[in-house]
Amino acid sequence: MNKDILIEIGMEEIPSRFIRDAANLLEKKISEWLSDSRIHFSGTKVFATPRRLAVVVNEVSTKQPDLRSEVKGPSKKIALNEQEEWSKAALGFARSQGVEPSDLFFKELKGIEYVHAVKNEIGIETKSILSDGISKIITSMVYPKNMRWGKHDLKYVRPIRWLVALYDEVIIPLEITGVHSGRTSRGHRFLGKEVDIQHPSTYVSQLKESFVFVDIEERKQLIHNQINTLAKDKNWVVSIKDDLLEEVLFLVEYPTALYGSFQSEFLEIPQEVLITSMREHQRYFPVFDHESNLLPHFITVRNGDKKSLDVVARGNEKVLKARLADARFFYQEDQNLPIDKALAKLEKIVYHEELGTVGDKVRRIRTISDQIAKFLSVDEKVQRQVTRASMICKFDLVTQMVYEFPELQGVMGEDYALKAGEDPVVSSAISQHYQPRFSGDSSPESIVGAIVSIADKLDSIVGCFSIGIVPTGSQDPYALRRSAAGIVQIVLDQKLNVNLTDLFDICFAVYEESNLLKTEMDDLREKCFDFFSLRVKNVLTDMNIRYDVIDAVMATNINDISSVVRRGKAVMQFVEQSDVKITLESFNRVNNLASKAENKKIEEAYFEENVEHDLYQKWNQLHSSFTKKLETSLELEALEMLKQLQIPITSFFDKVMVMSENENLRRNRLALLANISEDITKIADFQKIVI
Amino acid sequence: MNFQNMILTLQQFWSEQNCIIVQPYDVETGAGTLNPMTFLRSIGPEPWNVAYVEPSRRPADGRYGENPNRLYQHHQFQVILKPSPDNIQEIYLESLKQLGIHAEDHDIRFVEDNWEHPALGAWGLGWEVWLDGMEITQFTYFQQVGGIDTNPVAVEITYGLERLASYIQDKENVFDLEWVEGVKYRDVFHQPEYEHSKYTFEISDTKMLFTLFNMYEEEAKKILEQNLVFPAYDYVLKCSHTFNLLDARGAISVTERTGYITRVRNLSRLCASTYLQERERLGFPLLEGKGGSNNE
Repeated sequence: MNKDILIEIGMEEIPSRFIRDAANLLEKKISEWLSDSRIHFSGTKVFATPRRLAVVVNEVSTKQPDLRSEVKGPSKKIALNEQEEWSKAALGFARSQGVEPSDLFFKELKGIEYVHAVKNEIGIETKSILSDGISKIITSMVYPKNMRWGKHDLKYVRPIRWLVALYDEVIIPLEITGVHSGRTSRGHRFLGKEVDIQHPSTYVSQLKESFVFVDIEERKQLIHNQINTLAKDKNWVVSIKDDLLEEVLFLVEYPTALYGSFQSEFLEIPQEVLITSMREHQRYFPVFDHESNLLPHFITVRNGDKKSLDVVARGNEKVLKARLADARFFYQEDQNLPIDKALAKLEKIVYHEELGTVGDKVRRIRTISDQIAKFLSVDEKVQRQVTRASMICKFDLVTQMVYEFPELQGVMGEDYALKAGEDPVVSSAISQHYQPRFSGDSSPESIVGAIVSIADKLDSIVGCFSIGIVPTGSQDPYALRRSAAGIVQIVLDQKLNVNLTDLFDICFAVYEESNLLKTEMDDLREKCFDFFSLRVKNVLTDMNIRYDVIDAVMATNINDISSVVRRGKAVMQFVEQSDVKITLESFNRVNNLASKAENKKIEEAYFEENVEHDLYQKWNQLHSSFTKKLETSLELEALEMLKQLQIPITSFFDKVMVMSENENLRRNRLALLANISEDITKIADFQKIVI
Repeated sequence: MNFQNMILTLQQFWSEQNCIIVQPYDVETGAGTLNPMTFLRSIGPEPWNVAYVEPSRRPADGRYGENPNRLYQHHQFQVILKPSPDNIQEIYLESLKQLGIHAEDHDIRFVEDNWEHPALGAWGLGWEVWLDGMEITQFTYFQQVGGIDTNPVAVEITYGLERLASYIQDKENVFDLEWVEGVKYRDVFHQPEYEHSKYTFEISDTKMLFTLFNMYEEEAKKILEQNLVFPAYDYVLKCSHTFNLLDARGAISVTERTGYITRVRNLSRLCASTYLQERERLGFPLLEGKGGSNNE
């Protein structure tokens, strides 16, 4: 007969951002432990609220299955003495396995006979290992941040205050940090009471009676529906952001959505500020009208029922009003700060001790931006916009609003710059130069924003690498990986005609000039190159390109990022064709021998066989159009042209002995192959493709 | 409930929880945590339960008495319980009830907030407590103080009295709060707010303050050589306040800032380790008795 297990770890409020992962870990740990203990079960389900992590395991067998196993002992030679009786070694083996010597038998293994014993292990009862196993599961949970409390040594996410551990209706005894397990769970902090759980199967319903929705998805759906119902009633549009919903989900046990309002005069503050204040600081859901205009209302989710909802709403309104009054004050004050004065203040903010102030960084960004603009031959107007945008891209860092709302850097800059009469393209580049702000964000829309963004990110990467700050493992305090990925994305999205080494060299020159190059330049170039290679690889992986294809196209050249990506896509499409195997094999044969070529000089006079002529003719015919296809970024078509060489290549190898003893013939054949190989490897190193 | 009654109520409540009630410290502090009754006493194995009001000076927050929410000096009600009791959250919620805040009529949440005070070499984990969206209390389990791992762990509860009062009295401007009937917060604190702000931002003698900082630092070091931790710590507090004044004046550049914080931290750490060592020498006198208990 099978039984169910319930474990509930009751804690003081767990940080909401840790809860989902912790719940999943609990489920994984108990599943793995049961499997490792050879105890069958039909399934698991996790539950989590701010005050508890819980898991129910269904239909757990009451014992391990018996285990019959054959155990190998000493070889026959050792197991029998001269009188053909059991030797001491054999008797010892029997004893150690708990069997009678008469039960031993021989079995052959690789031609040698060994003594064997059959061991029958009786499966142990599940309940005999539950206390120990579950204690270990609970205490070995891993959380991102841990603490101690009272007099206890255990480090845990928050203090453990109660433990429920049931095996059907029977308590599994445990004790952790002085807390003894039982069947008593706790309901909602204010609405519920203590609940004696009768059986794992009644866990969810009993807690619901005490105002706790322990089922994560049920609670999430409830919040979602309440918000939508409220919005619909009021004829509002509400965009429920996933990360906010997730946070709210793990801040409440019994959700009740409500709404509040603020004075419409605050709407004169930029929307981003209002939204950030509501979302990030207060965990409110902002609401809009059908034309996407922000409305002076918000929706929040209370951890409780409908009692005194008006009091809760008024309290929240009061808090928001104070925040918005502050924001409005900052907004007005900031507009009195001229951009030049703000820029002067940047000279006082240290970016990094060895890399100078933010003012220094801005000057570097400006030079790098100018050089990139020049390299890309943008027109004069854009060049001027790039110069101005790069000069003022960081000025808003010293405004009060950005001090209060750091996530609004750039956004405020754009707003203030426009108000100060800057060119709209320049203004919006201030905001755009932070893009992409996170993985999945869009890259800058304008070429001006794109150039300044690359310059800023490149400066961070090269600067940090130069003084030895290189991301390792989870350590990347300056978000250099994201910066590099951002540059890759911008180059691709803007289809910029610039190679990585061009960018590096522009930046290195600036660093050399300011005496900031602390690492030898070739070494630095190599490190940067490797760092960017990994980002390019990620981009290709995200495009669902096979790993071997990625290796193949990256082996050729990654300097031109756009080309790598185009070649990656082309080769991927190419190798997915059904008849490609024979083509790839022919390419590989060409490449293998091409490496032996001393030069690429072909002399038709030395062609002996027709197949040599044929191959040469065919290649000669398509070579120039192949090159043209590549130049016009039509890699797949170029590849298809190369495919036409497959038949002449195969015939060539069938008929011709390349490594002829005649030096002239040999040299000529190798030269032909080297020329073809050169074309092939312009696209990829096909030897890396797994056929 | 007026401001004065809030203080009296909290004092009475925590006194009933076996806390000794002490008075605000007589050296300028930026927070109740800096009071030696918290900073030093939360170090080491001795039990300790204490509660007090701490007028807390934050020179950079001075607004000439013009801002409805920001003050040069605000008031904290500070509670320290070592070791942290198992039902501390429930006790805390009961204290709110005493102030007339009934949980079922509000939305009270414990929202993750990790506290760190680099100049004290101290950090802890806990929450800010939200009352209908407003932060009213900081709730922290100290993990390290003065660079020393706490053992047992002390829990610190810090009520922001002005915020709580403005909620309870439903006032939008802190200066409109009622201290006692007939006396407004404005009557007591508006002039000092204005004068301290003016002094901090316009009048203070930067050169003198730098000199004082160095003198205080030297004196603290000298006293610590004699293992006299309490007087030494007073000078650390003076360093800390002087630094805050200079910082508010904009006299300390970002680079220098780290240097000054490090200097204060080094002194704090030294005070912490000296305190532990001196208590050990004294045989941890509170260990056997009922530390901090005034009722038995």
